Amino acid sequence: MIGESMYQELILEHYKHPQGRGLREPYDAEVHHVNPTCGDEITLRVKVGDAGRIEDVSYDGQGCSISQAAASVLHELTAGSTVEETLSVVDEFTRLMQGRGQVEADEDVLGDAVAFAGVAKFPARVKCALLSWMAYKDAVVRSASR
Amino acid sequence: MTYPTSLDVERIRKDFPVLSRELPGGRPLVYLDSGNSSQKPTPVVETVREHLAMHYSNVGRAMHALGAESTEAYESARDKVAAFVGAPSRDEVIFTKNASEALNLVAHAFGPHLWGSSGEGTDPRFALGPGDEIVISEMEHHSNIVPWQLLVQRTGASLKWFGVTDEGRLDLSDLDELVTERTKIVSIAHQSNVLGTVNPVADVLRRAREVGALVMLDASQSVPHHPVDVAALGVDFVAFTGHKMLGPSGIGVLWGRGELLEAMPPFLGGGEMIEAVWMDHSTYAPIPHKFEAGTPPIVEAIGLGAAVDYLQGIGMDAIEAHERELTAYALEALREVPTLRLIGPETLDRRGATLSFTLEGIHPHDVGQILDDSFGIAVRVGHHCARPLHLRFGIPATTRASFYLYNTTGEIDALVRGLHHVQKVFA
Repeated sequence: MIGESMYQELILEHYKHPQGRGLREPYDAEVHHVNPTCGDEITLRVKVGDAGRIEDVSYDGQGCSISQAAASVLHELTAGSTVEETLSVVDEFTRLMQGRGQVEADEDVLGDAVAFAGVAKFPARVKCALLSWMAYKDAVVRSASR
Repeated sequence: MTYPTSLDVERIRKDFPVLSRELPGGRPLVYLDSGNSSQKPTPVVETVREHLAMHYSNVGRAMHALGAESTEAYESARDKVAAFVGAPSRDEVIFTKNASEALNLVAHAFGPHLWGSSGEGTDPRFALGPGDEIVISEMEHHSNIVPWQLLVQRTGASLKWFGVTDEGRLDLSDLDELVTERTKIVSIAHQSNVLGTVNPVADVLRRAREVGALVMLDASQSVPHHPVDVAALGVDFVAFTGHKMLGPSGIGVLWGRGELLEAMPPFLGGGEMIEAVWMDHSTYAPIPHKFEAGTPPIVEAIGLGAAVDYLQGIGMDAIEAHERELTAYALEALREVPTLRLIGPETLDRRGATLSFTLEGIHPHDVGQILDDSFGIAVRVGHHCARPLHLRFGIPATTRASFYLYNTTGEIDALVRGLHHVQKVFA
């Protein structure tokens, strides 16, 4: 049962009950990212408040449990943090995902996102996990250039 | 080797060593992805190995013993393929690298060309420009869409589409409006790689003939599974591929009516496709070699010949009957899976052994992953290179099980058990 190690309870919970789903106003930047190999897609908006704190990450999209749960976890992790803090989480998550299952996850940095560690062993699914996180990174860069 | 009409599947499975291997974690392999690519029987593997080990050299141009043996083996593969699909002449069988290349080859023939050695223009049947039309369908594989899109972009012609009914049939209600005097060619799947639907070729052909249009079939999903006779079908071009019919990858086939192939311009230029080359022009080899530039996929073609021998040894009628039994069984078994929505015909009428479906609330990538990781069941998930068809049904992707001569009803039971488990994980 290799597969179930990827489908952690926490991932399934986020998939069934996504946090912060739905596009909201106001926002500073909106991006649309797709994964052409499987057709997963996400539209994501970022609202940055005073002192560079993330006020809201709202999103909508469709795709597999991994891509949708990753967006939900992203929403939770970014809320109330500074842009800088969130980008270091994105970097750590990216490092974990691209580590082919050989990288030890830093749970202090990643929080719930550590549940995706098992996905790193499935190269075909890494892009699913990273879809919303890459969209977020893109949106933050665009919001800063406004 | 002859088999009774009801296949001795256990004996056939022994010819496919991969079917008895274990996957990591001790999972048995349940291979339900032959519509994607089929497994290879020992006689094919051995023929390829034997040729590479003992007879290999280039074909058509080497003046030595090995050259003769290689050429003989390569050309006799052409004879086998020609006989297998009922081609009136062996010279009408063009070896390509896959069905996509065969489709591109025909699409490339259209347009304004000035190619003849004495400078004559395009044969009127292949002259294409603004105002001319090409008709395909919504159920096509991308390889029977994109070459035509590229062609209309090059020439200013237009692309028209047959729709697909809710039941997954070709919608011919507007056949006479779609296929008109402006139509130069109609190109459709013989059997859909997603729906399993077998299309009514004769109806389309009748209308095409009325208006003087050519007809091409993408037979990638039919030639491996049914007896196919290109002369009886009466169409102009048929494309299929070796790797879906027990042969190696890297070898495909275009069959075309000889006089059309002769009227078409060459596709790729290079060695072996010429008659003579001067600095200012060249003349071309007769068919089939006119369309086989460069060193061809030699052992791949020879392997395909061995695959044809194997299929004929078992009998295409027997294979078709076996797949029909499996399809009947699967249609019934899948009905018991809650929320399963079959995309394609729900009866055995004019359909092959390809079943695509969705499960409510569960993405096909998750379905495929759990089937594989927990049970060793190999299915295909995604849009199966038929994105317009999935858009037509308002879904991003499906899970597809496709069967072949070596599959069993026990494997369909395993699939159903697997789907129940998937639903438990996501309950």
